[in-house]
Amino acid sequence: MNDAATRKLVLSHLWVAFIAFAVACLQGEYQVLERSGFISALDSPSVYFASVSTHGVLMAFVLTTFFIMGFGYTIATSTLKQPIWNKPLAWVGFWLALVGVVLAAIPLLTGKASVLYTFYPPIVAHAAFYIGATLLVVGSWVWCVIMLVMFTQWKKANSGQPVPLAMFATVMNAMLWLWTSAGVAVEVLFQLIPFALGWIDTIDPGLARTLFAWTLHPIVYFWLIPAYTAFYVFVPKQAGGFLFSDEMARLAFIVLAVFALPIGFHHLYMDPEQAKGWKLLHAIGTFVVALPTLVTGFTVIASLEIAGRLRGGKGLFGWIGSLPWTNTMVLSVILSLLMLIFGGFGGIVNASYAMNAMVHNTAWVPGHFHLIFAGTTVIMYFAIAYYLWPMLVKKPLFSKQMALVQLWTWFIGMSILTTPWHVLGLLGQPRRISTVVYNNLLTLAWKPYEFMMIFGGLILLASAFLFVYILAKTQLNPTAEVCEAEIEYAEPIHAVASLPEWLNGISLWNKVIAVLMAISFGYPILQFFFMDSYGSSPWGF
Amino acid sequence: MQTEPTKPTYEQCVRNFFAQLQAIHVDHLEQRWITISLLVIGLFVGIMTLDALFDGINPPSKVETIDSAKLHLSKEFAEDNLGVQVDDKGNVVVRMVAGRYSFFPKHIDVPAETPITLRWVSSDVLHGVHIPMTNMSTMIVPGYVAEITTTFPKPGEYPVLCNEYCGLGHNHMWSNISVIAKEDWKAPVKSAVKGGSNNE
Ligand code: HEM
Ligand SMILES: [Cu+2]
Ligand SMILES: [Cu+2]
Repeated sequence: MNDAATRKLVLSHLWVAFIAFAVACLQGEYQVLERSGFISALDSPSVYFASVSTHGVLMAFVLTTFFIMGFGYTIATSTLKQPIWNKPLAWVGFWLALVGVVLAAIPLLTGKASVLYTFYPPIVAHAAFYIGATLLVVGSWVWCVIMLVMFTQWKKANSGQPVPLAMFATVMNAMLWLWTSAGVAVEVLFQLIPFALGWIDTIDPGLARTLFAWTLHPIVYFWLIPAYTAFYVFVPKQAGGFLFSDEMARLAFIVLAVFALPIGFHHLYMDPEQAKGWKLLHAIGTFVVALPTLVTGFTVIASLEIAGRLRGGKGLFGWIGSLPWTNTMVLSVILSLLMLIFGGFGGIVNASYAMNAMVHNTAWVPGHFHLIFAGTTVIMYFAIAYYLWPMLVKKPLFSKQMALVQLWTWFIGMSILTTPWHVLGLLGQPRRISTVVYNNLLTLAWKPYEFMMIFGGLILLASAFLFVYILAKTQLNPTAEVCEAEIEYAEPIHAVASLPEWLNGISLWNKVIAVLMAISFGYPILQFFFMDSYGSSPWGF
Repeated sequence: MQTEPTKPTYEQCVRNFFAQLQAIHVDHLEQRWITISLLVIGLFVGIMTLDALFDGINPPSKVETIDSAKLHLSKEFAEDNLGVQVDDKGNVVVRMVAGRYSFFPKHIDVPAETPITLRWVSSDVLHGVHIPMTNMSTMIVPGYVAEITTTFPKPGEYPVLCNEYCGLGHNHMWSNISVIAKEDWKAPVKSAVKGGSNNE
């Protein structure tokens, strides 16, 4: 991390991510206020849906993609001890993605792309929205190429050596993202852009939803893998212990990447265009992918226990108290795991093939993903940022105390926001509504929960701004002495001297994925070309 | 001359893979945890699969297409054929059209504790429909008929809500359904015209 050019590249990515995040948090708070109907002057579906569309895109696509790219460059240069391969190309990727974001933001903010971040046809947005989103994805593909090249070059120069775990996870993620983004890329390039430009008159929304489902599940693992990477490679060291098992970590990343892909139909359980056999197949795969998360939970907790005991913790639970709770990384992982336990439970409900009917598209769903994505995942993005920032800007963190307050408030705010959100879903509230106008007794029960959400959102908003403030203050500190810390990676209890090729590379897994995708998506996609289907013409919103 | 094959056979590869897999150091506690995890996953998958295969518990998945632009010309979803009917075999069938921003007909009466087949189509964009407190939920994708058979156990007045964003008026998209005690429910007269057999 001593190379100033690399630090600039990484910082640029991370700042785009975190500015997008802060703007979107402002929108989030506006949204909970508007929905509650508490301030009638705010009432406006057109503003609300423009806002939710922008909030969703900024959080799900901009924060994540830029963060993951910046994080990947950091991991690659620090673990492989190599400069970035083709730095100009990396900047091309950055600018492509950024121009894409700006291009998409214009129709989003002017209400010409209020199609939400899932943009389901036959409602169409302004073509600039799809083109901008495409550029963002193409920019991220550039990053994937750089990760793969650096990995391959290092392996050639160090044959027989195990690739450092953090890099292995990053390369798995790059491969996962190339596969993941293929579905939505085909949808956007062959259906939505021609449709929005009027080159084709009709498209099949069933096919579009199937292609989107290809992407929709694994994309969350693309977002999650940096968090899991931190669990394995940063947390044990920061807690003062060792990684429980290097090989199991690799296996977890492999199963995660391979089984995240062929299971997207759990987003289509309630859809008429796919048959039940295929849905059941994807449902089974969905439960299989719970395994790496269960293993990760075990490994992380075991690594923490080792650290707690090394620090003098005694008894069955005594080690928990002796963990360094004031280390930002350790505090984050504890809070992250707590949210993962509840979020994971909710996820099992969603994944349950038939029970899904009770919660599908209700407020339960945004409740669930705010908990597990904005909670479990994003709190680890914070932890990573706090850890890397002093090395990126060569100055000590502005205030560790404030950082701890920020992490706690994020956790508390997220609990207050998402608990009532889940309840609203069980009480039948649909997701994606700007006001409650249903003239029904049932809806009276919704009021107090909407009210609670405003408070959760306020705490989160304050926490988000505190986060950005701490990073900015650290970087802008004029008098700071140079901070020369280096990234420290956790050591496994049993060091690995050599590994079989399939634990050290991606080529086998790439082939396995190809086979699994052909099985699980081959016929379901091909069917649209054989059956008598009727296209839909474009609709505004 | 080469005597060894340059490429290991497929079988050797698989054998190597498993040998290497077994060589991975796995702590016995971790092994136990993985076993428990697999058992729990197996239990869930088992329940789901058995329910689906033997009790027919599946989400709505009838892959049936229809031209959403020409519903008014179709026999089945023409305006005067919508709503509740009892077919020749005595099954209660409901036909509904979702269009911005309502479900048509706007109000229907159905019997409690009776299997009901609901057939939903969209006349414009993507919609979803959910009757809160019940498992009557399906997406309504233009170009497809969404069919779902369910039973409403409890009589009462229920809202029928659109649960997929379908445009700026999405929150206004709803209608009502009255679930009536089985004994008090009367099949609509329309079904008599259709030749329904089991109405008084
Ligand atoms: C200040 C904190 C936040 C608040 C108050 C908030 C609130 C909301 C609200 C009210 C919605 C609309 C849901 C609906 O209409 O059903 C929403 C949507 C969304 N939020 Fe947040 N949010 C916050 C932070 C986040 C974070 C940190 C993330 C992820 C990193 C996130 C990701 C999303 C996504 C992807 C959507 C789109 C959902 C959709 O289109 O259905 N949010 N948020
Ligand atoms: Cu998913
Ligand atoms: Cu709707």
